[in-house]
Amino acid sequence: MTQEWILVLGAGSDMARAAARRFARAGYNIQQASRNTEELDIEARHLQLKYGVQTQTLPFDALEFDSHAAFYAELEPKPIGILLAFGALGEQARDQKDVSWIRKIIDTNYTGAASILEVIAADFERRKRGFIVGTSSVAGDRGRQSNYIYGSAKAGLSTYLAGLRHRLHGSGVNVLTVKPGFVATKMTTGLDLPDKLTAGPQEAGERIYRAVQKEKHLVYIRPIWRWIMLIIIHMPEFIFKRTKL
Amino acid sequence: MQLTGWGRYPIIEASPVTFQDHRSLAARLAETKPLIPYGNGRSYGDSALSSRFVPMRSRDRLLAFDPDSGLLTCEAGVLLSEIIETFLPSGWFLKVTPGTRLITVGGAVAADVHGKNHHQAGCFGDTVESLLLMLADGRIRRCSRKENPELFHATCGGMGLTGVILQVEFYLQPVPSAIIEQATIKTRNLKETFEAFEKYADWPYSVAWIDCLARGAALGRSLLMLGRFAPIGELDYAPRRTKTIPCNFPGFLLKSYSVRAFNSVYYARARSGISLNFVDIDAFFYPLDAISNWNRIYGGSGFVQYQFILPKKHSYTGLEQVLRKIMKTGKGSFLAVLKLYGPANDNYLSFPMEGYSLALDFKIEPGLFALLEQLDEIVLKHKGRLYLAKDARMSRDTFEGGYPQAEAFRSLRTSLGLAGAFNSLQSQRLGL
Repeated sequence: MTQEWILVLGAGSDMARAAARRFARAGYNIQQASRNTEELDIEARHLQLKYGVQTQTLPFDALEFDSHAAFYAELEPKPIGILLAFGALGEQARDQKDVSWIRKIIDTNYTGAASILEVIAADFERRKRGFIVGTSSVAGDRGRQSNYIYGSAKAGLSTYLAGLRHRLHGSGVNVLTVKPGFVATKMTTGLDLPDKLTAGPQEAGERIYRAVQKEKHLVYIRPIWRWIMLIIIHMPEFIFKRTKL
Repeated sequence: MQLTGWGRYPIIEASPVTFQDHRSLAARLAETKPLIPYGNGRSYGDSALSSRFVPMRSRDRLLAFDPDSGLLTCEAGVLLSEIIETFLPSGWFLKVTPGTRLITVGGAVAADVHGKNHHQAGCFGDTVESLLLMLADGRIRRCSRKENPELFHATCGGMGLTGVILQVEFYLQPVPSAIIEQATIKTRNLKETFEAFEKYADWPYSVAWIDCLARGAALGRSLLMLGRFAPIGELDYAPRRTKTIPCNFPGFLLKSYSVRAFNSVYYARARSGISLNFVDIDAFFYPLDAISNWNRIYGGSGFVQYQFILPKKHSYTGLEQVLRKIMKTGKGSFLAVLKLYGPANDNYLSFPMEGYSLALDFKIEPGLFALLEQLDEIVLKHKGRLYLAKDARMSRDTFEGGYPQAEAFRSLRTSLGLAGAFNSLQSQRLGL
């Protein structure tokens, strides 16, 4: 059993929860942070009882950029790894008509992530250890009519994570970019997602955990997504723009 | 999306009512009526089916455990398998478990499930200390035998019709090992089977596989399986790897001659008299969980499990009549399960009563429902009833005849404003 801590930002999502449980199973203590901490308190009891690890529950708001430095400064003990799992999916039809929504989507998915990760990266760089897991999206790999505001914010995050990986390479800190593809969660219940392309949260947690152990740079939760995105990225624009994707 | 129970009949179009926390659940209940909570989809028929359903599986947190008393508190969506994986290595096991570990705790309460030890340990509800229930208006009530006792007894066995079960507090039992000492007793007819059940009633676990297509003097021949925890042994537990049935089996595999052949071989395989061996928990309690979707062997149109119970006094004659009727039609099943039960509890709609129960699988085919109606008549004539967690087709009259507290259950629902809020296809069919 390790005495190390993992900080999970946006710990309320099903995928974050599953990943945190996987790390707890391996003996890591868990710091859960999110805007709504009520549910996190329930999850904390589960983590303590089931895995016998220690937990902390912390309020964190991705959009309160000014609070990020203090949030991390007050964090004790400092974690060995970060799972950044917050994000905002938005609704394309609504968001494209309203710049305040566009801003909120970008700020949650990109600016909020960059803001807190800069604080953490500085610390990890100085300590010369640690790992960072950022949850991006396949939606960021190519703009599509159905979700390009969310997609472009995630594209920004993917590029950001790639750059951070480059910078931290010499410090022994790995940055893992997760592009989940379809994951069956509370929010997707009722959508008819194709079985072969859809992972359960538990499977997602396992993939993320293993990718961290192996110090991977990029992981799609279902490997088939690597091939799907390869095709989508390379489709000529004059064909792509006629699709309904 | 399409929603169905374990029997894959009926299949309906339904949409989920999802929620993040108790506050949002209360809001969803206020705006959506009627609906029904849905756990892991292991009830066979239509008791968890409704065009609006509340998926409960993500409420899967263990909350507290007292190693002095064995009292466990958890959310309603926790699977029994999770409890076994977590607590068996430290010597704790469920006091009551049905034949699958892939059900939620909420479902276990709602169907007031029972297991092979019913004659000694009663139903799942009998192991429950208290539960938290959200009513239609979003209020949360704690229910126990002392606090809101009527609601408690209506909720245990109430098929999700009294509200959304949020949390359950119930007792586990200490066990000395994760190994079961098993005895198999081969009987030649129904009379011998009954005698063997009575003779070995001091064994905590007992169940009989009955050859429902045996004829004449062999009618009711069975393999009675008894079990108890081995007094010493390892507590290690890892769930078995599951196999998958790749597709729906074609219908010819379930013609009467193939079922008869299977049953004969299964019966012949056991040595005569009594044999003893040691098996692990999964093999003893959950043999079917080893095949992750065994419900597909009944083909694409699905199946129903017909499970009835008869009071002891009428069990022999009633069972004989049912078995003769089935034998004549040749619509037998691979898995016919007979069991002796202990006394009934105080819950309004619980299935068990002191007597014998028989469970049979039938694939859906023309003529089946007519046969089942004839069986209903035999069951009612012998003062018996059918199990709601298995049912997809019984008539309101059959239900009323078997459940004397149905009317009291209805009144309670009406008085608490639950009648229009929580409904399943089953509750609508039965006028609950």
